Amino acid sequence: MLSIVQISQLLQSAIVFGTVIMFGALGEILTQKSGNLNLGVPGIMYLGGIAGLATAYGYEHLAKTPNGFVSLLISFTAAFIASALGGLLYSFLTITLRANQNVTGLTLTIFGSGLANFFGGILNTMAGGVGQISVRTTSQAYRTAVAHFVQVGHVGEIFFSYGFMAYLAIILAIVLYVFLFRTRAGLNLRSIGENPGTADAAGINVIRNKYIATCVGAGISGLGGLYYTMDYIKGTWTTDSTIESLGWLAVALVIFATWKPLNAIWGAYLFGLLYWIYLYIPGLTRSSQELFKMLPYIVTIIVLLLVSIRKKKEDQPPASLGLAYFREER
Amino acid sequence: MERTAAVEMINITKRFGQVLANDHVNLEIRKGEILSLLGENGSGKTTLMNMLSGIYFPDEGEIRVNGQKVTISSPHDAFDCGIGMIHQHFKLVDVFTAAENVTLGTKDDKLDLKAVSSKIRDICDRYGFVIDPAKKVYDMSVSEKQTVEIIKVLYRGADILILDEPTAVLTPQETDRLFGVMRNMKKDGKSMIIITHKLHEVMDVSDRVAVLRKGRYIMDVATKDTNPAQLTEMMVGKAVTLNIERPKFENPVPRLEVKNLTALDPLGVKRLDGVSFTAYGGEILGIAGIAGSGQKELLEAIAGLQPVEPGGSILYYPGGGKTKELVGLTPMQIRRAGVGLAFVPEDRLGMGLVGEMGMTGNMLLRSYSKGRGIVADRKGPRLLAERVREELEVMTPSIDFPVRALSGGNVQKVLVGREIAQSPMVLMTAYAVRGLDINTSYAIYDLLNRQKMQGVAVVYVGEDLDVLLELSDRIVVLCGGQVSGVVDAAKTTKEEVGLLMTKFRKEG
Repeated sequence: MLSIVQISQLLQSAIVFGTVIMFGALGEILTQKSGNLNLGVPGIMYLGGIAGLATAYGYEHLAKTPNGFVSLLISFTAAFIASALGGLLYSFLTITLRANQNVTGLTLTIFGSGLANFFGGILNTMAGGVGQISVRTTSQAYRTAVAHFVQVGHVGEIFFSYGFMAYLAIILAIVLYVFLFRTRAGLNLRSIGENPGTADAAGINVIRNKYIATCVGAGISGLGGLYYTMDYIKGTWTTDSTIESLGWLAVALVIFATWKPLNAIWGAYLFGLLYWIYLYIPGLTRSSQELFKMLPYIVTIIVLLLVSIRKKKEDQPPASLGLAYFREER
Repeated sequence: MERTAAVEMINITKRFGQVLANDHVNLEIRKGEILSLLGENGSGKTTLMNMLSGIYFPDEGEIRVNGQKVTISSPHDAFDCGIGMIHQHFKLVDVFTAAENVTLGTKDDKLDLKAVSSKIRDICDRYGFVIDPAKKVYDMSVSEKQTVEIIKVLYRGADILILDEPTAVLTPQETDRLFGVMRNMKKDGKSMIIITHKLHEVMDVSDRVAVLRKGRYIMDVATKDTNPAQLTEMMVGKAVTLNIERPKFENPVPRLEVKNLTALDPLGVKRLDGVSFTAYGGEILGIAGIAGSGQKELLEAIAGLQPVEPGGSILYYPGGGKTKELVGLTPMQIRRAGVGLAFVPEDRLGMGLVGEMGMTGNMLLRSYSKGRGIVADRKGPRLLAERVREELEVMTPSIDFPVRALSGGNVQKVLVGREIAQSPMVLMTAYAVRGLDINTSYAIYDLLNRQKMQGVAVVYVGEDLDVLLELSDRIVVLCGGQVSGVVDAAKTTKEEVGLLMTKFRKEG
């Protein structure tokens, strides 16, 4: 049996892990609700991660006494903008030029990971020494736990031991839910994802809405990459493909959550739990660990099966997901 | 007293690539009148109306609303001018409720569905609609969806309504109800343009008729001063007889005997419930019923595409006293036995044809297994494509031109032509003339009659009761998956069939 401390640790790592993919999934939900299937989420998370890291590194080097809060603002903004630009590129290719969405998305993933690892490598070289950069001040600002302000006990740590972005993700999920399902703009956006011809005939600007949703969605997804570099690996860069696998999990989470932001909250933590559970199961070898890391994907497949068996219309993907829209097509 | 014009379209021209869809068309809609816009397929009616509703933008010409020159470059501009279009293919979001669909794209600041619902009820009371604002579109019947479309337009305060083939999918009773609503709207001062191919509806509901032919405006005439024959002549450009022939075939023999057929859909709901009937060679057996009463499942069951429950049987008599049980055979075996299915689904390109292929390629889909070894025979399909093109007057730049770019009527001709060319013993057609103009429809009726006189058993699933009554020898009426009656088409009335169509339906 697990001890209280172990359970608390497991839950904490699940929540940190879940936060990364929750950002990725929330952005992708917004994007997909506009009918754009952006498979570039991993690439966009890379862009967000490297942009945040590079600007924080630049600031910490230039400023004589770097201020954590200023650095946080700079890197946060840079990460959002860089990711949104990735979304803009995707939008231009798929909406304006009507390129195939799947191919464009996959290409964006390759592009983002290449670009990020290229600059990550440069940063590591510039850092010299052991070849590992570290933006300690900025990372510290991201990781300042809310627990510092509130006195909590052991159990309280499960709720209050994270940096602000863990809470931002939850707030964002709620805001996104209210936007999509309670506002006029959200209704209009959903109609575009379901049936752009109908939205167009109703006088909604399909192109503009798709662009905005995809760019803002990419910006939000990119925050997942930022959270990963700043909090999860504490302001460093490693040229491995962890961000990419997290990005794919974020895409899987969108399906798991059946395109509903509130489901993404608990879904993300569940994925985190399933991902880390292997640490607490005795007798696993290195290879059998990997089998356990598959659990989130298996659960996603089960959800897909259940959804398709139940045939509930509200749980289906947006009806025109992945299709380009062209008004004068006959 | 001359009524003033609500909309004037002056010298409108629209091209699609090299195709001239509208050629200097002039059209006037007066206040408080119902105008019928008549024309064959491809005569440019829908294109013209799409320019009023902001879907297309005219290449030349001007549009005036209430005497003011306007530029309509988007559906939004159209709403601002008080113009609303009810499209043939409903523009509704399936997973939204009626109220959500109605409020979509409007400029109210807040999303207040309660206020929207109460306004919808007001509109319903005023014009005589019935709809539940909280009902999801995917739960609605076709007629309900259409109601939502009309309310959507009225909600935005439209004074000029364009209805593109609104009756194509309605039962006679629903059509009467729609016309009632239209007359109420007319009393309220609204102007309406209705596009329809059914001349008796034109005569019934409209005040004035305008005719288009091959993109050109021919003339307009007050409905009371004209008759169907004259209108047809204006539309087609030559006199056409409007009677569907029903030649008599001597000694019909049973070809297909369906006994106690029951089929479930994937959710376990009964789509066919103990259906039994016999189709004779040399007769056209009409199948009538409200959309979704089991017509699709019945045809698919016979063609081997739909599994049937144990206890059902489909006996096929190829002649010579032999019988063959079709239940349990594969679609290929059934087709080889001589049962052809020319199924025209709602989406013509979805089930019958491959849109990106030309006519040759689509002919090949039926004969791909012929030819030597792994090489398909391409010559036969090419000849067949040429023949179908010629005999059925398919308008296409080339037999290798992608069929998806052809107009609906031509697509249908390709599909029906291909099935008939297989010279089946049983020919099943569903909605073979849906959306086709008079001339083409008659060409199809003629084809079916020729098949019948050759001793083929023709099963004709149709929507237009007038046609069913004139063309078929007998009519099987389906209601909720059951046979609610088999009538002699020559002796029955439209009302009788209409009642049979709703026999088992619970009111509510």
